[in-house]
Amino acid sequence: MSLTKREVENVAHLARLEITEGEIERVVENLSSIINFVDQLRGADTGDVLPMAHPLDMSQRLRTDEVSESNQRKRYQVNTSAVEAGLYLVPKVIE
Amino acid sequence: MHKKTVAEISRSLKAREFSSVEITRHLLTRIDSLDKNLNSFITVTADLALKAAAAADKRIASGDAGPLTGVPIAHKDIFCTDGVRTSCGSRMLDNFVSPYDATVVARLKDAGMVMLGKTNMDEFAMGSSNETSFYGPVHNPWNLKTVPGGSSGGSAAAVAARLAPVATGTDTGGSIRQPAALAGITGVKPTYGRVSRYGMIAFASSLDQAGTLTQTAEDAALVLEAMSGFDKHDSTSSPAAVPGYHGSLNESLEGLRVGVPQEFMDEGLDPQNRAAVEAALEVYRSLGATIHSVSMPSLALSVPTYYVVAPAEASSNLSRFDGVRFGYRCENPLDLVDMYKRSRGEGFGEEVKRRIMTGTYVLSAGYYDAYYLQAQKVRQLIAEDFTRVFKEVDVLMGPTTPEPAFELGSKTADPITMYLNDIYTIGVNLAGLPGVSIPCGFVNDLPVGLQLIGSHFSEAKLLNVAHRYQQETDWHQRLPGSDYE
Repeated sequence: MSLTKREVENVAHLARLEITEGEIERVVENLSSIINFVDQLRGADTGDVLPMAHPLDMSQRLRTDEVSESNQRKRYQVNTSAVEAGLYLVPKVIE
Repeated sequence: MHKKTVAEISRSLKAREFSSVEITRHLLTRIDSLDKNLNSFITVTADLALKAAAAADKRIASGDAGPLTGVPIAHKDIFCTDGVRTSCGSRMLDNFVSPYDATVVARLKDAGMVMLGKTNMDEFAMGSSNETSFYGPVHNPWNLKTVPGGSSGGSAAAVAARLAPVATGTDTGGSIRQPAALAGITGVKPTYGRVSRYGMIAFASSLDQAGTLTQTAEDAALVLEAMSGFDKHDSTSSPAAVPGYHGSLNESLEGLRVGVPQEFMDEGLDPQNRAAVEAALEVYRSLGATIHSVSMPSLALSVPTYYVVAPAEASSNLSRFDGVRFGYRCENPLDLVDMYKRSRGEGFGEEVKRRIMTGTYVLSAGYYDAYYLQAQKVRQLIAEDFTRVFKEVDVLMGPTTPEPAFELGSKTADPITMYLNDIYTIGVNLAGLPGVSIPCGFVNDLPVGLQLIGSHFSEAKLLNVAHRYQQETDWHQRLPGSDYE
């Protein structure tokens, strides 16, 4: 099974990844070969097997709803230059 | 000084044969002169290291030292380190300075360990050769034309070249055991949930686990004991008590039942590599173990299962890199979607994008049942195979990799060829089991690894089994050439 250029462009859009014209041919080829490779899973007899999402049989731990972390906004905002008055800047979303 | 193991350094520090500052300075000098050819470090934190070493020396002088106080360590650059760049081998995080320490880093810091720097790795731990790093490939000290394995390739090369006595690593599909095998050192991937994942940049959350790369199993026992245990910051952290790994290292192996999966000794295995593994099994026989051939038919599907599950989880985990609060942001975005797409398109490397897209595809409408759900079911079958054989044997043994270190560039053209290098290691992650790789010989002057696999939370047994072998053999003491003497 080979993926089409359009399918790959759609997946890239869903993943919010820009793929340039120069890259697209190789991406189509590689992704097709990976999907072909994992296609062998379809042949496995998994009739009434339960899907396994997690390696250990654990239940989700709960905690009381208490404030445990302090606000460190200034420290966190060191990692971007696009900050003004403590707010993160992004391109205009609403006109 | 640099040839000493963690245990030996610990004894020397206690006996005042040298100070932590002295060994730290010595290793920093070695990194400075030898790492030009290896590229095993992304960041060297010399000033911080010397400060930490001086503090450790004070602790030792005041009698307040533990076994690891003053011992140098390198951390894989996937672990967040407070105030120090944490790049994960990616352009995306080239400018990211972590505001906190990962639990692994914090615990080893509390134990008094001295961080030398952050080691090179495949980008976001996605790779088996360390060639996907934004900071360039790492070279294997055993032969600079070959890869050190990956994704913890920098950690493996640094320990093999004796630039650090121990380095941390992470293992999602073999990323500690495979580089340990290719670099001739000891790699330990603990049970899922044994070591906290807090502050360890996520790749595939149901598979990721932190561990150690050391010269010996004894060293792994010392460091693992300090970094393991429950952490409230990790929702999948196990509450099970951590046994004293060091105390059981010398237990007798008389009557140990060793299983060898037929599927590991098939035609895909290099014949010389197989001979080295078989010779290791003979050593175990002489130590009183019995060897049993076992069959685990579902293992044949472990690589395709992994290449659905891991990319699916990665595509979700890596959606946080959007160019807004941290990480790379593209120049002059036209609008929000353009900013997301170009920041991610320019910030991520080829292999990372490939895996995000694979994951997005197998999770997308119309394909979820056929790929993702089916892979989760096959994952169950693989886990059941392990559970079944562990009723008959105590540990499993086999090769860690199909062949010794391969040449740089030789597997980069076709992703599937690269993925198949992890064929013997991936099943362990899918089942959440502990696995160890120890050096067991050489093929064409390159080291090969013996893999040991145990049931959940059997780290103490695995380290005991590895340690007894290292008492009988000296493969783990070999140095990669006179440059590293």
